[in-house]
Amino acid sequence: MTTVTETSLLRFATAGSVDDGKSTLVGRLLHDSKSVLADQLEAVAHASRNRGQEAPDLALLTDGLRAEREQGITIDVAYRYFATPRRRFILADTPGHVQYTRNMVTGASTAQLAIVLVDARNGVVEQTRRHAAVAALLRVPHLVLAVNKMDLAGYAEPAFAAIADEFTAYAASLGIPEVTAIPISALAGDNVVEASAHMDWYAGPTVLEHLEGVEVAAAPDAEAARFPVQYVIRPQTPAHRDYRGYAGQIASGILAVGDEVTVLPSGRTSTIVGIDALGEAVEEAWAPQSVTVRLADDLDISRGDLIAPIRTAPVPTQDVTATVCHVADKPLRVGDRVLLKHTTRTVKAIVKDIPSRLTLDDLSHHPDPGELTANDIGEVTLRTAEPLALDPYSHSRRTGSFLLIDPTDGTTLTAGMAGTAFAASLTR
Amino acid sequence: MNPYALSHLDALESEAVHVFREVAGEFERPVILFSGGKDSIVMLHLALKAFAPATVPFSLLHVDTGHNFPEVLAYRDRVVAEHGLRLEVASVQEFIDDGRLRERPDGTRNPLQTLPLLDAIERHRFDAVFGGGRRDEEKARAKERVFSLRDEFGGWDPRRQRPELWQLYNGRHAPGEHVRVFPLSNFTELDVWQYIAREKIELPSIYYAHEREVFARAGMWLAPGEWGGPREDERVERRLVRYRTVGDMSCTGAVDSDAATVEAVIAEITASRLTERGATRADDKLSEAAMEDRKREGYF
Repeated sequence: MTTVTETSLLRFATAGSVDDGKSTLVGRLLHDSKSVLADQLEAVAHASRNRGQEAPDLALLTDGLRAEREQGITIDVAYRYFATPRRRFILADTPGHVQYTRNMVTGASTAQLAIVLVDARNGVVEQTRRHAAVAALLRVPHLVLAVNKMDLAGYAEPAFAAIADEFTAYAASLGIPEVTAIPISALAGDNVVEASAHMDWYAGPTVLEHLEGVEVAAAPDAEAARFPVQYVIRPQTPAHRDYRGYAGQIASGILAVGDEVTVLPSGRTSTIVGIDALGEAVEEAWAPQSVTVRLADDLDISRGDLIAPIRTAPVPTQDVTATVCHVADKPLRVGDRVLLKHTTRTVKAIVKDIPSRLTLDDLSHHPDPGELTANDIGEVTLRTAEPLALDPYSHSRRTGSFLLIDPTDGTTLTAGMAGTAFAASLTR
Repeated sequence: MNPYALSHLDALESEAVHVFREVAGEFERPVILFSGGKDSIVMLHLALKAFAPATVPFSLLHVDTGHNFPEVLAYRDRVVAEHGLRLEVASVQEFIDDGRLRERPDGTRNPLQTLPLLDAIERHRFDAVFGGGRRDEEKARAKERVFSLRDEFGGWDPRRQRPELWQLYNGRHAPGEHVRVFPLSNFTELDVWQYIAREKIELPSIYYAHEREVFARAGMWLAPGEWGGPREDERVERRLVRYRTVGDMSCTGAVDSDAATVEAVIAEITASRLTERGATRADDKLSEAAMEDRKREGYF
């Protein structure tokens, strides 16, 4: 009898320009892992026939919108789901056309792994360097280089090795410690799901085997605990008259009953007396669990506050330096008044300065650009109306990230990653 | 093995609870769309966990097509009473009766739900509307955001969606606009069933194999009822069936099945070569972009 199988979850993103075969790789992963069902295949076959194509075009599996089918383009990020007996996968499928940076930033922001595709005939090109730089910028923990179209490169090891070496060296210069390089042919199916019969010189895993096996769970015991308060739970019913719990998702680290904590930005201190993990009282809980925390003292705590261990608490600041990616069509300019959303807290902020814009192709800096436009990456300094308990993004993707929002119409303007050291590290 | 690794169900649960609490913290008047189908039942279960031991700080909204399965309505009323929830009903039948909507020639009422839904949203000034939609259901839904802004006409413009960065959801909206929120975005059909099994969640009986009178239309087994089936040329027979989705009786098909327990259902859908909607929803087959078109008009 089937029982509930508890497998782990892997979120990953793909990056590649249109001609690198990204859609084919995604279609192949879905198809060969038997995640495409008969009625979906039938719909694709039907649509392909209507276009005069003989074979089903697997790229149609991922182009879901009318405009995409009509114009043959991909709009924005789509999320795909598939599973093997070992793991469940969420794929952020990011289009490779001109809006690449903001889309890849969006996909990479939640990814634990990124696959960068390269055409074996072209090797490492500008676009490849951009993809690697975005993965490094967003601190995606694992990077895979898929050298595609090996069938068109004679399945030759030297072609693969040269690209893998060049890419690995470039990644190392970005601070990415480890790259898994896999020679594939997405079209022919070599080393995507099934091992290739054409490349016996390659002894490593297929793409799917690597996705199934890579260890991605964080090590919360190595991180400082951070607990942004989302919502205060006060039932005020006869059974729970004195219950006052702080609900939230642990952003990093471990919380335990007995921990002495401080509440930021007020700086008041207390002790954790109870942790409720969705209905069950526990002694400790860790990221990314959603829990409710109770404290010994009746402090004035509300949404937007941060609970952290006294000894490792961040120092709240109103001056924020960050590396940002501008995602809106409207530019971001020095002097703009914006809203800044950090964890559960939204505050007013002013753009004080934009010291530089970064060109991802060669990582060169352009000083004082005055504004950032869509897809630009740059350094920004901000002054906030209230203090924020920010961590450097290099320490925490969760408490080091923020959004800038247009206060007039609510548009998401900019994706921010806090910390000066971080901006500098990308540019050496 | 990393002792801190979360199972996929724990990770999905934690993420959905986070979404519920974000909405509770940032919106004035949220509401949960509740159809009595498995996705909305799982959604409500997650909401109950998110705010325990307090009650869920949202009311429920049922868009009643007038062609509901009786078992589902009974389930709905039982759940509302048991958890002390408030239920609003938006009735398609009322809209037809007073002339604001006209019955379609094919008798299908699913597309007629949009107007009563938008009317209820406007009348109650709901600013956040939870839906049980999942991105694995349909390729237009694969593009849907967890927080999805709708304009003052309830419309969805896929080109104007906000990028979804980290777990930072932007719920800002102008008066008259609202946000659709999909806490189950990252669940698949199989995840939903595994979660139902793990949490021992009760479902309406029609989700499990039972003998029932059905007739064939357009390759599906439909249940006879006041909605207008069967026609003269359609023959009713008794079959062992169950439902994979629950919606309007006129367009929700049953599948042949002997899966009478949650474990048997999981085994069945694991082996199935058809998607949930492909197997059982006539309304998605109306055109290649049927779902996208309805979403643009304000459907959820």
